[in-house]
Parts: sequence; C-alpha cells; structure tokens
Amino acid sequence: MPLADTDLRAIGLTLRLAGTTMVLLLLLCTPLAWWLARTRSRWRGPVSAVVALPLVLPPTVIGFYLLVALGPAGPVGQLTTALGLGTLPFTFWGLVLGSLIYSLPFAVQPLQGAFEAVGERPLEVAATLGAGPLDRFFTVALPLARGGFVTAAILSFAHTVGEFGVVLMLGGNIPGVTRVVSVQIYDHVEALEYTQAHWLAGGMVVFSFCVLLALNLTRRARLLP
Amino acid sequence: MSSFLALLPRVLAGFVGGLAALGVQAGQVQVAVAANFTAPMRAIAVQFAKDTGHTAELSFGATGKFYAQIRSGAPFEVFLSADDTTPARLVAEGGALAASRMTYALGGLVLWSAKPGVVDAEGKVLASGNFAHLALANPKLAPYGAAAMQVLTQLGLAETLRPRLVMGESIAQAYQFVHTGNAELGFVALSQVMKDGAINSGSAWRVPAELHAPIRQDAVVLTRGQANPAAGALLEYLKGPAARAVIRSYGYGIAE
Repeated sequence: MPLADTDLRAIGLTLRLAGTTMVLLLLLCTPLAWWLARTRSRWRGPVSAVVALPLVLPPTVIGFYLLVALGPAGPVGQLTTALGLGTLPFTFWGLVLGSLIYSLPFAVQPLQGAFEAVGERPLEVAATLGAGPLDRFFTVALPLARGGFVTAAILSFAHTVGEFGVVLMLGGNIPGVTRVVSVQIYDHVEALEYTQAHWLAGGMVVFSFCVLLALNLTRRARLLP
Repeated sequence: MSSFLALLPRVLAGFVGGLAALGVQAGQVQVAVAANFTAPMRAIAVQFAKDTGHTAELSFGATGKFYAQIRSGAPFEVFLSADDTTPARLVAEGGALAASRMTYALGGLVLWSAKPGVVDAEGKVLASGNFAHLALANPKLAPYGAAAMQVLTQLGLAETLRPRLVMGESIAQAYQFVHTGNAELGFVALSQVMKDGAINSGSAWRVPAELHAPIRQDAVVLTRGQANPAAGALLEYLKGPAARAVIRSYGYGIAE
C-alpha cells in the first residue's frame, strides 16, 4: 500500500472538511442568493462585490489575515475568547470558517443565477393560486432552482478539497485536525518524497473526477424530462 | 598536430572564458535564495554590486521547491540553500559543482514569544507546560524545525509536548504563528527576531548550540552557472569580510 496511515487520516479529514463546508454554505447561501437575485436594494451591488472578493485575494493572503483576525489579538479572536470558545486557528472549526469564506462565491453565484433564471412569473402564478411567500419559495422556487443547488454543492465541495493556501496559513499542520490532503501532498513534495506525493495527488484527482462525474450524471438525469 | 587538436577545446574554452572575463563589469547572476536568508542577502547583493560591478538577481523561496525547480531546468546559477543536504544532493546528481560548495551561514535557534515575560532566559517554560501551542517549522521540511525537535528530544519533552505542537511549512510561518499570538511561543530563527545584534521584542531563550546539530546553510554554483564568472564571484564574496559582517548582524554564525 503506497498510502501511509497519515495519508489516510488526511483524506478522511479533507472529506469531513469539504462536506461540512458544503452543507453550511448551502444553508447560509440560499437566503443570501435569494435576496441577491430578487432585491432592488442599493446594497445589492456592494454585497455582490463582497461575495466575489475571495476570488480576488490570493488564498495565502486570506489565510494570513484570518490568522491575524482570529488570533488572540484580533477582533474575532477576542470575541470567540469572550464567548468561551477560545481561538479558532489550529482547530477544525477554524478551517471550516476559512473554507466558508474561501468558497463563498462558488456557492452563492450558481444559486443566485438559478434563482434569477426562475424569474417572477412562476412565483406570481403560485401567488394567484393562493401560495404564501414561504410556500412559494419551497414548492416553486427551490425545485425550479435545483440545478443551481447541485452546481453550488459540487463547486463548494471541490473547491474546498483543493484548498491549500488558507489551510496552510491557518492550520498548523496538525495530524487529524488540520493536516488535509493538499497540505500532506505539499509536505511530501517539499520533503522530496515524490512517490507518495504522486500516489496521493493521483488518488485525489481520480476521486474528485468520480464525484464530479456522478453529480453531473444525476444532475443530467434530473433535468431531463 | 594531433596534440594541438587535442588541446583545441581547451584553447577555445580559454578564449571563451577570456571573453566572459571581459564582460565582468556587466556580469549578472541568477540566484535562488532560501527564504530565511532574504533580508541579509538583499543587503549583501547591494554591496556585491558596488564592490564587483556584478548584479545578483535574487529569487526567494523554500529550499525544497527550489530543488524541484532546479531539477526541472530553472534558470538559476547559484543556490543558497537553507540546509546542507539539498546542495549535496544536487552535487551528487550532477546539477551543481562539487568544488563550489561552501557553508555561508550557521543558523541560530531561539525559543521566542511575542509577549514579554513568557519565555525565561533558560527555557524552563517548556517543562512548565504553561501554554496551549508551541510553534515550530515542520521538522520534516525545514532544518530549523528538525533542530527544534532535537532540542525537545534532548530535554526529554518531545512526547509530552507533541499534542501542543503546531507546525509551519517554513520557519517564516512558525514565526507568523508566534508573532500573531496564536501560539504563545515557538522555535524560530534567531535571524527573524534579531535586529542590530539584539532581540528587542517579546521574550526569548537563545537555545545553546550543543542541544542540536548545527544548522548549516550551504551555497553552491549550479551547472548552469558554470561558465558565468559572476556566479563564482558571488560565492567568493560571501566568504569575504563585508558579507560576513552582514551575515553576523542578522544573528547567523560563520563556519570556520
């Protein structure tokens, strides 16, 4: 077996991180994307821009400022300490927070696009048939936008699996807690253990390909009449 | 006649070498520099240009990455490594000139906290265990990390402290963890916390050199720089008094 025990732990941790991030992002981004798709507020532009910002900053830069902000001297760090949570760097939930920020646009933008594509008309029709706002959202908008949810889930999961810079800066490379696959591969490469790096990287590519293919196939099947 | 033919390549090489020597005034050399040596090398390059007329084009990065890039044909002519094993490996693989190898600096290790009063002058804080996180560079990747691990082993604390270790991919990241206060203390390079020959911030324990194997930072001329006189000149310059003064002022030792 070319993969060592530490490699397997890194794989398990990566899947847990990507899965947690994906679920939380879908929960948090659905209302945000819904609002962005339908509002006429003058805040729409600025909020959209903020959502896209993680695309602009290099991940290590995001990671560095998160390290500063979440640290004991940073504003968020002081808040979490006051709440009795301690500080977040070097913990799994610190990585989750970093991943949420890092993958935010990859969840919001497909959802927003899908909600925009639903348009006013089906919702107006539902309203005339007596459906309340919540009913309209859950029985009309959500099913019509399901393609956007699948895309958002795929992208946020895949993007978190491939995350490196943020984790590197924020994680502290602790086995089983913050040492994800990308960091493990980097360690192998830096230590000139190219064989292990090839196996792990190859495995990551094959696994990701399979997941993406499976999701795409289900999406096809669902979208077809 | 045949002996002349046999000599011809040498004559030609001498001729080319002579031409290259004529270009000394405008010589340029591509240098890969280990990240921990960034600040002193910038200062040395300025002096080097003034004193010899050569320009050193500096790239900074991690030693392991440079190794991979050099193997893949990166255009570097001189390599200032953070360790002594990588240059040795390059020499063994034919990527660097054996005769050019030299130790340009000896790294110093320090246990440092950004806060005053956390680290005592004898490093007893390590045994007290009065902290949540101890930062160090990854021992697998960075010589400073390996040295830090040796210190912990020497003190018999490696196992007890293992759950509290947070590892940076480089000594620069270990420093960030401590500097931002996310780790209360950590092993960093003396060169990172020393300014004008003194440690002016936080609290520190200068780890005695006998607690770890020397951190030898070796430089080497790469095969690509073989014909470039500026490459050899730079290594010679690193051995000179001007460069050594700069190297010492950043807290490095000199191998005698």
